[in-house]
Amino acid sequence: MSGRVLVGVKRVIDYAVKIRVKPDNSGVVTDGVKHSMNPFCEIAVEEAVKLKEKKLVKEVVAVSCGPQQVQETIRTALAMGADRGIHVEVSGKDYESLGPLQVSKIMAALAKKEEAQLLILGKQAIDDDCNQTGQMTAALLDWPQGTFASEVTVEGEKLKVVREIDGGLETIKINLPAVLTADLRLNTPRYATLPNIMKAKKKKITQVKPSDLGVDLTSRLQVLRVDEPPQRQAGVKVETVDDLVSKLRECGRI
Amino acid sequence: MTVKLGVTMKRLLYRNCFKLTHCRYSTSVHQDSVLSAFRTICGEDGVSLGQAVREQHGKDESVHRCRPPDVVVFPRSVEEVSALAKLCHSHHLPIIPFGTGTGLEGGVSAVKGGVCFSLRNMEQVVDLHQEDFDVTVEPGVTRKGLNSYLRDTGLWFPVDPGADASLCGMAATSASGTNAVRYGTMRENVLNLEVVLADGSILHTAGRGRRPRKTAAGYNLTNLFVGSEGTLGVITKTTLRLYGLPEAVVSAVCSFSSVQDAVDSTVQILQAGVPIARIEFLDDVMMEACNRFSGLSYPVSPTLFLEFHGSQQGLEEQVHTAEEITQSNRGSDFQWAQDTQSRERLWKARHDAWYAAQALRPGCKAYSTDVCVPVSRLPQIIVETKEDLIENRLTGPIAGHVGDGNFHCLLVVDPNDTEELQRLHLFTDRLARRALALDGTCTGEHGVGLGKRALLCEEVGPVAMRLMQGLKKTLDPGNLMNPGKVLQLETE
Repeated sequence: MSGRVLVGVKRVIDYAVKIRVKPDNSGVVTDGVKHSMNPFCEIAVEEAVKLKEKKLVKEVVAVSCGPQQVQETIRTALAMGADRGIHVEVSGKDYESLGPLQVSKIMAALAKKEEAQLLILGKQAIDDDCNQTGQMTAALLDWPQGTFASEVTVEGEKLKVVREIDGGLETIKINLPAVLTADLRLNTPRYATLPNIMKAKKKKITQVKPSDLGVDLTSRLQVLRVDEPPQRQAGVKVETVDDLVSKLRECGRI
Repeated sequence: MTVKLGVTMKRLLYRNCFKLTHCRYSTSVHQDSVLSAFRTICGEDGVSLGQAVREQHGKDESVHRCRPPDVVVFPRSVEEVSALAKLCHSHHLPIIPFGTGTGLEGGVSAVKGGVCFSLRNMEQVVDLHQEDFDVTVEPGVTRKGLNSYLRDTGLWFPVDPGADASLCGMAATSASGTNAVRYGTMRENVLNLEVVLADGSILHTAGRGRRPRKTAAGYNLTNLFVGSEGTLGVITKTTLRLYGLPEAVVSAVCSFSSVQDAVDSTVQILQAGVPIARIEFLDDVMMEACNRFSGLSYPVSPTLFLEFHGSQQGLEEQVHTAEEITQSNRGSDFQWAQDTQSRERLWKARHDAWYAAQALRPGCKAYSTDVCVPVSRLPQIIVETKEDLIENRLTGPIAGHVGDGNFHCLLVVDPNDTEELQRLHLFTDRLARRALALDGTCTGEHGVGLGKRALLCEEVGPVAMRLMQGLKKTLDPGNLMNPGKVLQLETE
């Protein structure tokens, strides 16, 4: 294996931020809120850079879809060691309704265009928790997929992938080209250091429109409303077992 | 709101009545007018009389027993802190600032009751200036929280006292940590503070919003408040100096046959100009404890744990120089590693030290001493201290920031054995005095808090003590700010 790796990176609200729902329940507040790279995408970038450091791949290309601000996220990937970036310009209403279906079509088109051998994504984004993009992209490309990867080893023209599944760990062998999605324990992403951030400023980010890739951004989904989880109600203390039993009867539990 | 007078409330009211006749703290916190005034400022949710909440805010991670405040308030802004302080001031109520409760000297014990200001809701990173390497944070921001916030910028705040402490709390206790030898302590890294004083005035120690890297303007008020442990004011913002993340990190371990050899190596490494980031010392008792706890097989002898930060090329030179020096001091088994997993394996003993020490005697509590002496005096004080431990049958493995001359005896004692506790108490006093006799200090990084007030007097002497008392009287004439800490006042 000596080719090109594409890594998808998504700009999301930072994991440490306390999320607030907009007063009109149409979504969450994003203005003025700290954003950063989705943590699973960081793990994906780290894995790609590690492969390059082991000289198993030649080039790491970071891809992100969204408005101008996603270039910051691409720059972070460049500072971690990606060689160049692709910014797929999506803004306004299209960006608000952008989801795994459209992104997977974009990623599939880019994988073909860039003649990528490997596509690594985070297993899911922490804002929508969809866990669909990697799988959909693999289906569109008709490539094998190694999802929830916690360990990846290159074996000639194949990949050995250890996957985290409900029952434990599953080891599979897949042909290249393939799609991987990164799970938490795959690696510990490096921090971007200042010298690398400086170097990253000089790396190239090309801009592409979805229409150039022949992708239709129409969404099949419409968000009706977003609500906060219900407020936690205060508990009630009772003095005796009889009280407990009668209270449980009262609220129909027994 | 009607309150049913349970046992706790009766006890509190009794205590306050006692106060009325015997002490200067006049008004009962439980007067409805005071409580409702607190609620007007902080909101209904921002005032708690609950026993569990008060107990949580009356203790830290030291061995000092819990002394809960009478009420805990949760201000959300410096304006609320100021209003609360004004209220406490007019009613003569003690004020105890509370960050994360991770202190080690009983700094948050409400020895005279009063109002605990829990600052955890003020948790904004207010102002980051990447190109200037500075950031301003509120008290709810912890050091790990800040470093996580900064992770995309290539910057970090390196002062690392171990716990995930509030940065403003770290400023209040002049915290330090394992990499002080290269990056300094809080004293060197706080550029400005916003402090609410006992009367509610809001002070900016270096001027509002100012953050030059250096200044020669006026008295150094910033460093007056750094280390004041809540006795001069409530810190509501701190402006910190940031550093670039190291490009690469190498960790190393080396064993020695004597404490002297280990310390000589340390001194020579520093003299050779190696910008070493961490240089930690573990004695043979500690190494044995770590071997047992983590199933390791280190040689059971004085050991140095080193960490180097720098560029790839710079690191090679640093490690090479350090290795040569350790070899010339009869060091053996010098091992080093660069990738994260191997580094963590090498340093495992140092990381687990606290737990390994406690595991020596399950069911016991651990207490850490904290003296600091000039580095050249370290072998003498460690040798004498180890003899003292053996003579007095105390379990006390030693771990230290040897580059700073600072070491901790992790004393493991049975909390129910009063005789052992007495031996512990006498031992720590002797240790502190030993350090003072060697031109050192009774506390390198943990602070004075409750337990070292008498030692502070011995350390700084009567002239300095009078000056400190004078400053305290000027800033807090009513002795409302965290009473009973740092200074022993004449009226107590």
